[in-house]
Amino acid sequence: MSEHANNHDDHGHHHKETFVTKYIFSQDHKMISKQYLITGLFMGIIGIAMSLLFRMQLAWPDHQFTVYEIFLGKWAEGGVMDPNIYLALVTIHGTIMVFFVLTAGLSGTFSNLLIPLQIGARDMASGFLNMVSYWLFFLSSVIMLLSLFVEAGPANAGWTIYPPLSALPQAIPGSGTGMTLWLVSMAIFIASSLLGSLNYIVTVLNLRTKGMSMTRLPLTIWSFFVTAIIGVVSFPVLLSAALMLIMDRSFGTSFFLSDIYIAGEVLHNQGGSPVLFEHLFWFLGHPEVYIVILPAMGLVSEIMATNARKPIFGYRAMIASIISIAFLSTIVWGHHMFVTGMNPFLGSVFTFTTLLIAIPSAVKAFNWITTLWKGNLKMNTGMLFSIGFVSTFISGGLTGLVLGDSALDINVHDTMFVVAHFHLVMGISALYGLFAGVYHWFPKMFEGRMLNKKLGYIHFWITAIGAYGVFFPMHFIGMAGLPRRYYTNSNFPYFDDLMDINVVITWFAFFAAAGQLVFLYNFIHSMFFGKVGPKNPWNATTLEWTAEVKHIHGNWDGPIPEVHRWPYDYSKMNKDDSDYVIAGQDFVPQDHPIQDNEEELTH
Amino acid sequence: MTAFLVVLVIILFGVAVWQMNKVFQLSKPNQSEDSELATNDDNNTQGYLMLGFVFFIYGLLAYCFWKWGNVLLPEAASEHGLEIDQLMLITMALIFFTGIFTQWLLHYFAFVYRGDKDKKALFYAENHKLEFIWTIIPVVVLAALIIYGLFTWSDIMTVDEDDDPIIVELYAYQFAWRARYAGADNTLGEANVRLIEGVNQLGVDMSDPNAQDDKVVNELHLPIGKKVLFKMRSQDVLHSAFMPHFRLQMNCVPGMITQFAMTPNKTTEEMRLNEVIVAKVEHINELRTKKNIDLIANGDEALEMYEFDYLLLCNKICGSNHFNMQMKIVVESEEEYNAWLAQQATLVETLKK
Repeated sequence: MSEHANNHDDHGHHHKETFVTKYIFSQDHKMISKQYLITGLFMGIIGIAMSLLFRMQLAWPDHQFTVYEIFLGKWAEGGVMDPNIYLALVTIHGTIMVFFVLTAGLSGTFSNLLIPLQIGARDMASGFLNMVSYWLFFLSSVIMLLSLFVEAGPANAGWTIYPPLSALPQAIPGSGTGMTLWLVSMAIFIASSLLGSLNYIVTVLNLRTKGMSMTRLPLTIWSFFVTAIIGVVSFPVLLSAALMLIMDRSFGTSFFLSDIYIAGEVLHNQGGSPVLFEHLFWFLGHPEVYIVILPAMGLVSEIMATNARKPIFGYRAMIASIISIAFLSTIVWGHHMFVTGMNPFLGSVFTFTTLLIAIPSAVKAFNWITTLWKGNLKMNTGMLFSIGFVSTFISGGLTGLVLGDSALDINVHDTMFVVAHFHLVMGISALYGLFAGVYHWFPKMFEGRMLNKKLGYIHFWITAIGAYGVFFPMHFIGMAGLPRRYYTNSNFPYFDDLMDINVVITWFAFFAAAGQLVFLYNFIHSMFFGKVGPKNPWNATTLEWTAEVKHIHGNWDGPIPEVHRWPYDYSKMNKDDSDYVIAGQDFVPQDHPIQDNEEELTH
Repeated sequence: MTAFLVVLVIILFGVAVWQMNKVFQLSKPNQSEDSELATNDDNNTQGYLMLGFVFFIYGLLAYCFWKWGNVLLPEAASEHGLEIDQLMLITMALIFFTGIFTQWLLHYFAFVYRGDKDKKALFYAENHKLEFIWTIIPVVVLAALIIYGLFTWSDIMTVDEDDDPIIVELYAYQFAWRARYAGADNTLGEANVRLIEGVNQLGVDMSDPNAQDDKVVNELHLPIGKKVLFKMRSQDVLHSAFMPHFRLQMNCVPGMITQFAMTPNKTTEEMRLNEVIVAKVEHINELRTKKNIDLIANGDEALEMYEFDYLLLCNKICGSNHFNMQMKIVVESEEEYNAWLAQQATLVETLKK
């Protein structure tokens, strides 16, 4: 290993980094991770801003707001939002948040940053593919944003883009050029995601340092690894769905279209089925929510153990549940389709598999809670977000029992109840995971600089109150029967009494969004002026904190450290229980050999 | 009302800022240390805030129920809906119990075990017995839920043709609904969008003998206590026939016929007397009266007072007017239903006009 390391260092001296190779077309995983994060955050700002606009429309449908006209131009003349642009905002908000922020921004950032550093590798298996992966992601982001400016408006058939609505410009204006750009952007995004995932898998399998067996990997790495696998399994299916949709739209095929009469004429398409598209879409779509949540789970497990000064409870059970969640995630897609006309027997099968997935999820939740039990909790901001994650994951996950049960799903399917459910369980929870990760590993990204903790506390509490304030009441309007994607609920009287709730939700949304400005300020300010903390600020055991604070290509100046133990030796006592294994220090880093005075665990 | 809510949010914001300020002050003395790491004081404050937060969650829950419990749907107006309500109640009880319990553990532990520099954490990595217990409990509970759910589901979805249900077609198009009654033979005539022409808006095949007595209407009437089998079609894009009061929903898919059967068990008149609906309608009319004061002052037309009716809504995004794609449903006695149906013209009669 060390021989290899020396070669690497020599190699490093040969070429000088230019601005372009260092900051733009960088092949260094640390820089690529920052590129992912900043692109993801930028997209996040746009996604959240869109949600504020449509929340205003929902709360005060009768009012005219100049702010609509400023941002939406011709689609909001006189301050009245056009129903089509409302649908576009909802669609693009969903697309951006799910794919660009929570897939690329979360998994892209932390897989890139942590995989090489935590397994003890100089870089990703292929730095070049890694770079290509980021730039494809960047390109797809640009195309998605460009689609906002086309003549007939961006895609507005919902983020699930079910045909025929998404296939026929006669049905909705956004299904013209806007949808074409959406599909092109997503196709490039999928290519980017596949390149990234393959790289993560190969790196984890091949580049672990000496002693780093699979059962000594931190849970972060386990979750990134398994996430990458489900990405590779399911994203190609979405690509095929997207390609078939492109063919239906532009080349006259009938994969998803049949017997359609629209705008006064019968279309020639016959024999296709929109239900096929739904199957293909959700074959990715459901694993996708686990692609979003698993990395967050990994980050939270790691941060929670470190800050609780305790090993994560049930390390093996955690790995087993990650794997079983990943496996089950690929056979539950049909629970999005109970009332689509799919065979009811299939509905029964999917109910069964869906409720099964609650078991590993429950195990995880209990294990996190037990990790806190009898801990010595360091309330760093990362820890707060981790606890917040478990809270929203439980609240949001429990309502999944309603939605996953085909009989109960009948009446809440596609209502605001669903919106409340998935925002809590995968939206807010994954965002908490992202924030926890950013607060925790900021020093690793920005050469020792730390985020301001007070601003961090303010950010957390505003977000925590705001998130529950938005999504708790939303369950009620869903249970009242209000369908989602309604431009206004006051067009006929039955839902008039939900107006007050909508107003409260919107105020909480503004409150929560204001909290994100605190984070944004903290992020940008600390990037340049943050206080430089110690090399291992959180007293963590994992390898990334043994790497150089200053970013160098190859991560470790000398040889790569060798691993001798699992990553969770926090507060481990010596044999006679008189002191910690290392006297006066409540953690034993992974590269520390097993001591004479300690009992060796099976790890 | 709105003003009150605004005030509430402002107060909450105020409380948050005040708490933050407290955090600032409490953590000041230790600034000389590594200031971006949580100090003992930070652990303390944040621990207490965590405890406060679990009460915030409970409070929010209680407030939502107290304030908005009245917006929820009334008791189901169909026979299978009652089964769904029962299952929903059990599931909800489970959710609330588990949710309240685990949120308490989580936040209480965060409070009790908040860090202290003199404290030691317990090295506690595994306990197979514990892990087995909290694997097996969800397994048993979920198994019960799954079995109950699956029986309910297959009861609802299995349509017994021997019951001789009334066959009604629900036809969806951007952005309205039509219903087609099968007439005396209770068999719908064949139809395809390729046959749409003029008044024959549903593309019914008029050469089909079964189609002769079909009746197309734009208001759905149903007799109480009789099983109805809806056959859904769509003309253009995906729609979803959603009747929240009957706990019924099924997508309408172009190129495909989907179905859902139900037996209504409360007439519109009965539902109007349901106490949940009475309270809801009263509340809505209060809101409308309040709005009317402004409208009249501006010289606009006043809103009509609301009277309850069952609704068929579209619940699948279908285009710009998705939010207004609805049809009125009337559930009435069999005599009233028959009288109403007799007044409707058959397709043949309509086409002759």
